Amino acid sequence: MASRRKVISRETGIEEKEYRWGFVIPIEEETVPKGLNEEIVRLISQKKGEPGWMTEWRLRAYRYWRSLGYVEPKWAKIYHPPIDYQDIIYYAAPPKESDRPKSLEEIDPELRRAFDKLGIPLEEQKRLAGVAVDAVLDSASVATTFQKKLEDLGIIFCPISEAIQKYPELVRRYLGSVVPYTDNFFAALNSAVFSDGTFVYVPPGVRCPMDLMTYFRINQAEVGQFERTLIVADRGSYVSYLEGCTAPIRKRHQLHAAVVELIALEDAEIKYSTLQNWYPGDREGRGGIYNFVTKRGICLGRNSKISWTQVETGSAITWKYPSVILKGDNSVGEFYSVALVNHRQQADTGTKMVHIGKHTRSTIIAKGISAGYGQNTYRGLVKIMPSADYARNFTRCDSLLIGNRCGAHTTPYLEVRNPTARIEHEATTSKISEEQLFYLISRGIREEDAQYMIVNGFCRGVFQELPFEFAMEVSQLLRVSLEGTVG
Amino acid sequence: MTQDVILEIRGLRAGVGDVEILKGIDLTIRLGETHAIMGPNGSGKSTLVNVLAGKPEYEAWAGQVTYKGRDLLQMPPDERAREGLFLAFQYPVELPGVRIREFLRAALDSIREHHGLDKLSVREFNRLLQEKAKEMGIDQDFLRRNVNEGFSGGEKKRHEIFQLLLLDPTLALLDETDSGLDVDALKIVADGINRFRGPQKAILLVTHYQRILNYVAPDYVHILIDGRIVASGGKELALEVEAKGYEWLRQTVGG
Ligand SMILES: Nc1ncnc2c1ncn2[C@@H]1O[C@H](COP(=O)(O)OP(=O)(O)O)[C@@H](O)[C@H]1O
Ligand SMILES: [Mg+2]
Repeated sequence: MASRRKVISRETGIEEKEYRWGFVIPIEEETVPKGLNEEIVRLISQKKGEPGWMTEWRLRAYRYWRSLGYVEPKWAKIYHPPIDYQDIIYYAAPPKESDRPKSLEEIDPELRRAFDKLGIPLEEQKRLAGVAVDAVLDSASVATTFQKKLEDLGIIFCPISEAIQKYPELVRRYLGSVVPYTDNFFAALNSAVFSDGTFVYVPPGVRCPMDLMTYFRINQAEVGQFERTLIVADRGSYVSYLEGCTAPIRKRHQLHAAVVELIALEDAEIKYSTLQNWYPGDREGRGGIYNFVTKRGICLGRNSKISWTQVETGSAITWKYPSVILKGDNSVGEFYSVALVNHRQQADTGTKMVHIGKHTRSTIIAKGISAGYGQNTYRGLVKIMPSADYARNFTRCDSLLIGNRCGAHTTPYLEVRNPTARIEHEATTSKISEEQLFYLISRGIREEDAQYMIVNGFCRGVFQELPFEFAMEVSQLLRVSLEGTVG
Repeated sequence: MTQDVILEIRGLRAGVGDVEILKGIDLTIRLGETHAIMGPNGSGKSTLVNVLAGKPEYEAWAGQVTYKGRDLLQMPPDERAREGLFLAFQYPVELPGVRIREFLRAALDSIREHHGLDKLSVREFNRLLQEKAKEMGIDQDFLRRNVNEGFSGGEKKRHEIFQLLLLDPTLALLDETDSGLDVDALKIVADGINRFRGPQKAILLVTHYQRILNYVAPDYVHILIDGRIVASGGKELALEVEAKGYEWLRQTVGG
């Protein structure tokens, strides 16, 4: 990444150095007509060469979504002009599905260069220290690395479109089992039009030897991205999964509505880490991604564990509550989150921990950072069902304010229906004090570095949960996201 | 003569908000010298060193401060530090989650960069850290902690002098680094200060008691009362103040 060219986006005049992922990949993509109706749903399904059951499922989801009459959930503390769902392109992909390169060597050099620039090399020898990558551009997966090596262990790691063809029983059994299409407006929309995403299956007793990563990239203008991820960890298995995302700088808002489902069977563990860096829009709030995402995991078996770690620095609006249903006895759910808003960004994010099994435990650590005119809301639900004897939850929400035009809001919901439950909740709100800044500055550290160090320290409890591969990236991201907040 | 003057304060008046705290300070410090400033609580000792270090709420209203031949008051505070001015705080603030090692690394890097020096390798940095930690009787576990978080009063002071030795500035402003220390801790801190002393260094040591001056012998002692230096002399002045109390001087001046 030696190039330090100063690139100005023609559309917005935003300098690339402010959002260095903001370039457009010059590649031909095939799109479907704008708008959404049953024909489009069928067309998408057809382009993917899907079996009848899948097309039917999509159509049912579409009809349910239509029945909601374009009315999004209204309870979140976010504001945006009405979204015209007929003014969005629901499918864009490099030419034809059948043209997907058979081997990594055949990848379009433009694409290869672009992903290199994003820090995601698609050559296996240049791999990120032992990470297998599935690269998704707009609606289709363009490359998946290390498939062979994983196959030898019986691990399936492939685009979900491929899984529908190759492993229909697994997909049929689990798709929609954690997030049914009736769950909410955006989940219904996603179920109707989802294009690609990743499918992971780890067989019983297998510890996945490398982190698996999907890198989502929005490229086309006016395209919505609707990815779908499904991860199944069979009995006694372990997998660590990473998700990264970026998008070009565009003047208009773009919609991203993903669904992620995780299933952990007995004694299995899934660690899911996200670095969300969608284009946040410019300083005045023009452009940027609307990130409306449903992520949920179920600890189906005894002693299973699901852990969500997220660092959310991007998007104009983030609406996202990675949750865990703790069904199996002794199962564990964790949520570690850093959400940063600057300029006009809005985030309404948190989690739901639903305790059903006995001796289930959950931990929530949420750190919100607000700068500029950013609005940051933590919204979390801890629900203890009557069956969940001796359930335990620990929640800690910390908010850090930078400047005095931003906002931090904490909205915890607690529903306890079993008297043996033990719940702890801590919340703090603080400002970076002049005193702290001056201490660092008085040692020769520049003000923006000083501020970064304090913010980084504030996030430490979450950052230490991140896999090594993400740590460097995160510190860079944080720096860039904080730019313009000093002075 | 001006050659070795490191700090020259002329007619400095300073305050916070619209309250005047320093009411005209004159002070000259040369390389190799240690100056002690003594005075009762609230006399303006911390204000003086904070103005010199460039703490935002402290404003210089009038007067001139020259540091290494430059107008100190025009220099941003981080640049003052990179140019070798160091303040050991009376009340070091806690920095939750900020590791000591990472903090010192950043400070040292920026100072070295300023002087056109390469960054130390991880190895060299570790060696330096070990060496200075040992000198201050600081152990490995301590270095893994967050800056000032949960430190005892004594640990905070020791950590300040540890930084002094590591960052190796030219002019050290030490704000009551001795207060709240038991005799053993006081000796460690004083040893650290003495190790720092040298012909190319200068110290402005602010203290409330003359106790530390038994360990760190000053070349000059100044008594600050109500924002003014009311007496200056050698170290015998400190003993006199100890024996007679500040009231004695207040009366001398006031009378
Ligand atoms: N940040 C501040 N805001 C308001 N008043 C201050 C501030 N700092 C010092 N003062 C006042 O200035 C006077 C001198 O304080 P200080 O310099 O801390 O004295 P010393 O260090 O000699 O005890 C005191 O009356 C104190 O209350
Ligand atoms: Mg003081």
